[in-house]
Amino acid sequence: MVENTKKSSGALILGAWLLVSVPLAWGVYFTVLNAMKLFAAVPSGH
Amino acid sequence: MALLSFLDRDKSVAHPGYSRWLVPPAALAIHLAIGQVYSFSVFKIPLTQLIGIAKPGPDDWTQSQVAWIFSLAIVMLGLSAALFGKWLETAGPRKAMFVSACCFGLGFFISYFGAISHQLWLLYFGYGIVGGVGLGLGYISPVSTLIKWFPDRPGLATGMAIMGFGGGAMIGSPLAIKLMAHFRTPTDVGVGKTFLVMGALYFCFMMLGVVIIRVPREDWKPEHWTAPAKPQALITTHDVDVNTATRTPQFWLLWIILCVNVTAGIGILEQASPMIQDLFKGMIGPVAAGGFVGLLSLFNMGGRFFWSTTSDYIGRKPTYFVFLALGGALYLFLPMTGGDHMNSVKLFVAVACVLLSMYGGGFATIPAYLRDLFGSHNVSAIHGRLLTAWSTAGVLGPVLVNNMREYQLAHGVDKAGAYQTVMHIMAGLLAVGFIANFLVRPVAEKYWLPESAVRVSSGSLH
Repeated sequence: MVENTKKSSGALILGAWLLVSVPLAWGVYFTVLNAMKLFAAVPSGH
Repeated sequence: MALLSFLDRDKSVAHPGYSRWLVPPAALAIHLAIGQVYSFSVFKIPLTQLIGIAKPGPDDWTQSQVAWIFSLAIVMLGLSAALFGKWLETAGPRKAMFVSACCFGLGFFISYFGAISHQLWLLYFGYGIVGGVGLGLGYISPVSTLIKWFPDRPGLATGMAIMGFGGGAMIGSPLAIKLMAHFRTPTDVGVGKTFLVMGALYFCFMMLGVVIIRVPREDWKPEHWTAPAKPQALITTHDVDVNTATRTPQFWLLWIILCVNVTAGIGILEQASPMIQDLFKGMIGPVAAGGFVGLLSLFNMGGRFFWSTTSDYIGRKPTYFVFLALGGALYLFLPMTGGDHMNSVKLFVAVACVLLSMYGGGFATIPAYLRDLFGSHNVSAIHGRLLTAWSTAGVLGPVLVNNMREYQLAHGVDKAGAYQTVMHIMAGLLAVGFIANFLVRPVAEKYWLPESAVRVSSGSLH
């Protein structure tokens, strides 16, 4: 049996990272939007 | 049968040239999914209105009945991680991730039937017990694999995965809210169908991790990396069996450290929204307080990556000294920022954010600390047993915080003053953790696994 020694392609690595990063970024976006409500409420100097 | 053999450990050994940078996304696919558990509270109100729809009906479940679903899931997380960790080490991460995906998805499907037939026990059994087993297995399954792929940066590797668990709630919450809004009709709150869709989505997402995950070959090491020639005092080059590890003082010292760190974090998380409103009366309302909780979750997630990566450079023990010493000082200082003293919202928020980053950091750095002390051979299983500290803190934290606060209020202490007492107790707990961390020493030679035993249980696979 010939052993597979091919290097993982950059596109595969990028694709895998995108698949997990996109949902995470979507979730972080909503959380940041929510967090902004705090800063909108704090008067300057406090 | 072909699918089942695909899950075998020897079928998941990486071929030469396989990039280790494919392994963190595999771990993240699992942790981002199971982290959904921390957003379960979005289902609380809809589940109490399954019959009444617009408001709770007389036959609807109460919030306290519904709250048990989450508690059961967290208890099962700790129990299954402790019970199945040893099996995971022999079965391999791919099979464990697959079982985790099946349990987590199945938990949602069973809950769907529970919601449409209004049978609470089906939600306890589905999301709580079956889903909880998926949580425990999923939480520990990528840990030892990541550590073996990143012997040069174990903190960074496990930090990335465990950061995903913090991020999972940020995805789960808006996803559930949008799905429930989509499925809502005048006769249905939409929670059942949301369970069905989320079960299918999370199962598919977790399968991504199952397909990508690989274990390194026995002789593999990162290019251009050699193990340090001079051994460091607290980083072992030997391995300890999981059953032996639980008999060492080091295991129980780390158990105490994790337990107090989590309990202290819960002290803030549990009362974040009412605390900021009570300390800054008239300045911070419920909407802004919700924003504060969101900000804390961002720091909880970011701290997991930041602190575990930092621990690769400064060492695990000093990192925990920072959590426990700086954390203790900040818990003492936090009430001083309130309206009765410094009256600084910004300072209060900044201190709370640092504290939550260290709460997350405590979770994310512990696998690397275990690797340093017990070796990488059984680290997932040992990590699984250590997670009972989390389950304990999950019960201890809220009980301590709520009872102490109620006691104070009942004895005439004002709301702001009651927070001060709770924060002082948290600082005291961290002081206990500081002493435990101080006592951590290298594991004695009598506990080490013989080299032959390590080779038999892992080397024979290749």
